[in-house]
Amino acid sequence: MRYLPLSTDDRAEMLAKICVENINDLFVDVPNHALLKGLVDLPNHMTEMEVEQNFEAYSAKSVAAGSVPFFVGAGAYRHHVPASVDYQIQRGEYLTAYTPYQPEISQGTLQTLYEFQSQVAQITGMDVANASMYDGSTACGEAALMACRVTRKKRIIVSGNLHPHYIDVVKNLTKFTDGVVVDNDPTLNKPENLIDQVDDDTACVIVQNPDFFGNINDFSDLADALHERKKLLVIVNTEVVALGAIKSPGEMGADIVVGEGQSIGNGLNYGGPYVGLFATRQKYVRQMPGRLCGETTDADGKRGFVLTLSTREQHIRREKATSNICTNAGLCTLAFTIHMTLLGEKGYRHLAQLNHAGTVKLKNKLAGIDGLEVLNETFFNEFTVRLSNNAAEVVETLVENDVIAGLPVSRLYPDRPELNNILIIAVTETTSEDDMDILVAELKEVLK
Amino acid sequence: MTTYYSEDHEWINVESGVGTVGITDYAQNALGDIVFVEVPEVGDELAKGDEVAVVESVKAASEIYSPVTGEITAVNEDLEDNASLVNSSAGGDGWFFKISISDDSELEGLMDADGYKTFTAGLE
Amino acid sequence: MMNNQGRPTGIDGTTETSNAGYETYTGNRGLAQVEGLIYEIGDTQRTGVDLPEVEEFESCIGGVTRDNEIGLAGLTEPEAMRHYTRLSRKNYAIDLGLYPLGSCTMKHNPRLNEKVARLPGVADIHPLQPISTVQGALDLIDTLAHWLKTLTGMPAVAMSPKAGAHGELCGLMAIRSALEAKGDARSIVLAPESAHGTNPATAALCGYKVKPIPATEDGRVDLDAMKEALGPDVAAIMVTNPNTCGLFEREIIEIADAVHAIGGYFYCDGANFNAIVGKVRPGDLGVDAMHINLHKTFSTPHGGGGPGAGPVVLSEALAPYAPIPYVVMGEEDFDMVEHDTTGKSFGRMTAFHGQMGMFTRALAYMMSHGADGLARVAEDSVLNANYVLASLKDIMSASFEGPCMHEALFDDRFLKDTGVSTLDFSKAMIDEGYHPMTMYFPLVVHGAMLIEPTESESKQSVDQFIGMMRYLVEKAKAGDTGRFTGAPYNAPLKRLDETGAARNPVLRWTAAE
Repeated sequence: MRYLPLSTDDRAEMLAKICVENINDLFVDVPNHALLKGLVDLPNHMTEMEVEQNFEAYSAKSVAAGSVPFFVGAGAYRHHVPASVDYQIQRGEYLTAYTPYQPEISQGTLQTLYEFQSQVAQITGMDVANASMYDGSTACGEAALMACRVTRKKRIIVSGNLHPHYIDVVKNLTKFTDGVVVDNDPTLNKPENLIDQVDDDTACVIVQNPDFFGNINDFSDLADALHERKKLLVIVNTEVVALGAIKSPGEMGADIVVGEGQSIGNGLNYGGPYVGLFATRQKYVRQMPGRLCGETTDADGKRGFVLTLSTREQHIRREKATSNICTNAGLCTLAFTIHMTLLGEKGYRHLAQLNHAGTVKLKNKLAGIDGLEVLNETFFNEFTVRLSNNAAEVVETLVENDVIAGLPVSRLYPDRPELNNILIIAVTETTSEDDMDILVAELKEVLK
Repeated sequence: MTTYYSEDHEWINVESGVGTVGITDYAQNALGDIVFVEVPEVGDELAKGDEVAVVESVKAASEIYSPVTGEITAVNEDLEDNASLVNSSAGGDGWFFKISISDDSELEGLMDADGYKTFTAGLE
Repeated sequence: MMNNQGRPTGIDGTTETSNAGYETYTGNRGLAQVEGLIYEIGDTQRTGVDLPEVEEFESCIGGVTRDNEIGLAGLTEPEAMRHYTRLSRKNYAIDLGLYPLGSCTMKHNPRLNEKVARLPGVADIHPLQPISTVQGALDLIDTLAHWLKTLTGMPAVAMSPKAGAHGELCGLMAIRSALEAKGDARSIVLAPESAHGTNPATAALCGYKVKPIPATEDGRVDLDAMKEALGPDVAAIMVTNPNTCGLFEREIIEIADAVHAIGGYFYCDGANFNAIVGKVRPGDLGVDAMHINLHKTFSTPHGGGGPGAGPVVLSEALAPYAPIPYVVMGEEDFDMVEHDTTGKSFGRMTAFHGQMGMFTRALAYMMSHGADGLARVAEDSVLNANYVLASLKDIMSASFEGPCMHEALFDDRFLKDTGVSTLDFSKAMIDEGYHPMTMYFPLVVHGAMLIEPTESESKQSVDQFIGMMRYLVEKAKAGDTGRFTGAPYNAPLKRLDETGAARNPVLRWTAAE
């Protein structure tokens, strides 16, 4: 078997050294009836070629986003990732390394984490960022818990225009803690009044920018009003490319910023693995969840990096830890960092402009279609439209013509019939003008 | 002014109804290089035995329990930037907080300097 | 023919062979190269991507624009490749050598798995594209679920948890939900002293207090103490099996029966499933919930700390409370249940459906091994660990009698009076070209050294490791302390000042004032 180096002779020699006769003598502590007498009911081993064929068959049974005009966003975005990113993350030194607990032989991972933290702090406009969470949604849940710790309060006010999955995760993660989630109805493109919901018992308000429906807001006034009341503002970003064009959450006065970093360096992967971004103010650093990498020196005075402030974490603090997180998004942070380094300030801003320009173009192309109304006044690379027909049915019809037209909001809000005709459409630099023209033609046809 | 010691290796220095609390030299030595002290907030009300502070080294965090019942009247803000004060001066500049003592009788269960010395000798 | 370039043809007696005392201009020492931060070698004007020109357009940002410089440093592609390649060479990795981290299962990461995870119908599909267009993905998830259920002998599996600790949370949330449904949430979770830190941290997130259970002299859960701790307020016991001392809990059935008898649940931490995969089904041991670290047992790469994946197998009693979403087989096609219609599911743990990229890799690993190969994985991992134990127990201090499972636990008694600590010993292993074993965990023995060679190591490899360990033990006992206390000498860096890092945290680069 290609992955198992021990030979029959090796095994015999080793058993002899251990002074047992049979491999099952090493399993003597297993209750007798529980040790299987035969093999489990699964196929036996396969050759490399056979396995590959199996997966090619799975792959062929799904429609790859890159193979059709594709307009789904809503928290995961199809961007182009440079080839060198994927090469680097497959280097064995990165791919097959563990968490950098032995810093002398982990400086590669540690320095890239430090670069990652620096980049995330910069793009969010915050003081510090951690070395990643599982994804944006779990980072959002952790932000709610952290806000409760910082303020010693328990009400969490959540915008109705936060990604519904994120709302669900916040509710789930706080379900068995003291946290109380106050949710709001989605308003599409209408402003929300959140500050009036803040009472003494409130820990934070969570908003998204651009929001789930694509609208862009300046939350500076909300931040000021919350700070006057000693409450925290959590700003969520699910499309990190947007921060190359819009005012950063830090500049608006956010106390905690969380985001989904998948857009940079990482593929769609049907929902994971992604990379959760988590940034905050210096004064709250000891309340942060997750790993942190810090700069220090070695015994010779040379600069180096270590995991630090570990007393916040489960492996030391156990039940009093700031989170139970252990494994993070390691390799996905590396992909993020390399892609961001390849972009640089210039490329990042250019990419943002390119995304926005393409989206404006599609919006303009859609303007003349009867039965379609664009709801957004502002947007980055995603906007919401109201159709004259049921959006899910329109999307299914277009699938038959090899177009994936966007996200019918009813998929996430099945119990809100008022949203049945709402469709969210996303554009990235990978969307060609031909793709747009096909979508326009198909929508015209189906909405006729 | 009298100094008392607890079995949790805290000292409390009592002067006109207010106790200044820190950890002993024995404790700082056992904890190693101290990197952070989380002190309570002024105004916090505590019962004897409540968790009141946390002292951290790189790989460990230890809870500090209030030796008496009372209200926090001051905290040592110098520790925020310089936790190593606890190592260099556990019984002096490395104090943690001041607490107004509600019930003097709680001090009776604590040790004096000699008693603490005997206590730690027994731990070796 | 004459050598008229004056080029030396051999190593003459004057060549310096020791580590030269002189400084180099660059700070480099041959292939050991110093590498700055991107901010020191790049700048905001450089870029490694060529993007299409942006055509004229009217902005719809609404004036909420980013006007100040962000300060992101860029590098061109050759610079970036060199930067990250140079940094990579400062890492130890499985691909470079035996990686004996106990409880971490650092096994070989097959590259076939990387290849299939990049197929377009797997890597380039969106979590919210129509269900009709992702049938292959759902089939793959369903197949993996079938393998996991069969290997564990459990009726259900929740696929969405993103890592082991997230899986623990899933399991405990299901348990709490099931208890609440009976109107009896309870307040205590029992966990052995040797538990992973994630166990108590997770229990706390579920609103439970953790009561530690002591270990017996032979490194297992003290059944009597556990029974004494059981009561009507105990929601569950969390037991790692094989446990973190590398031992199989002999009384596992009794443990399960006892907790069931008081109406509680048995959560098994499956971090060490590698030792028994294909040989023992946790379902036969009375387990109600167990997470499976796909990045341990099923070889998905650790990637310097993640990503992982932590599917959780569940008993019939807990299955109704599983998180959404989950895959079901419809009349003809697969479907994804994204909204709870039963009122029982405890909710959603993450946006989307879990770690698809890890599912693909894990399933490729499973198919490559098959039922026969997976049993062999368990056997070889246990064999390698016992071989290490048998070969070192005369000279190091084994904490418990064997046989062990897939990892062997030693403590620091053998270092008594040598002036060498577990930490020093570990650092000296670095100079020998090895990653140290897990040290100071589990907490139940002093100066713990937990060695897990995994089944990926050949006998030659394990023999060399054993030889190296014996050599270091002899050196320590012979008083050669300098080799240990200053180690590592031959790593990219000497020991790092972790105290300084924690006292004055510098967590990001900032431009010099």
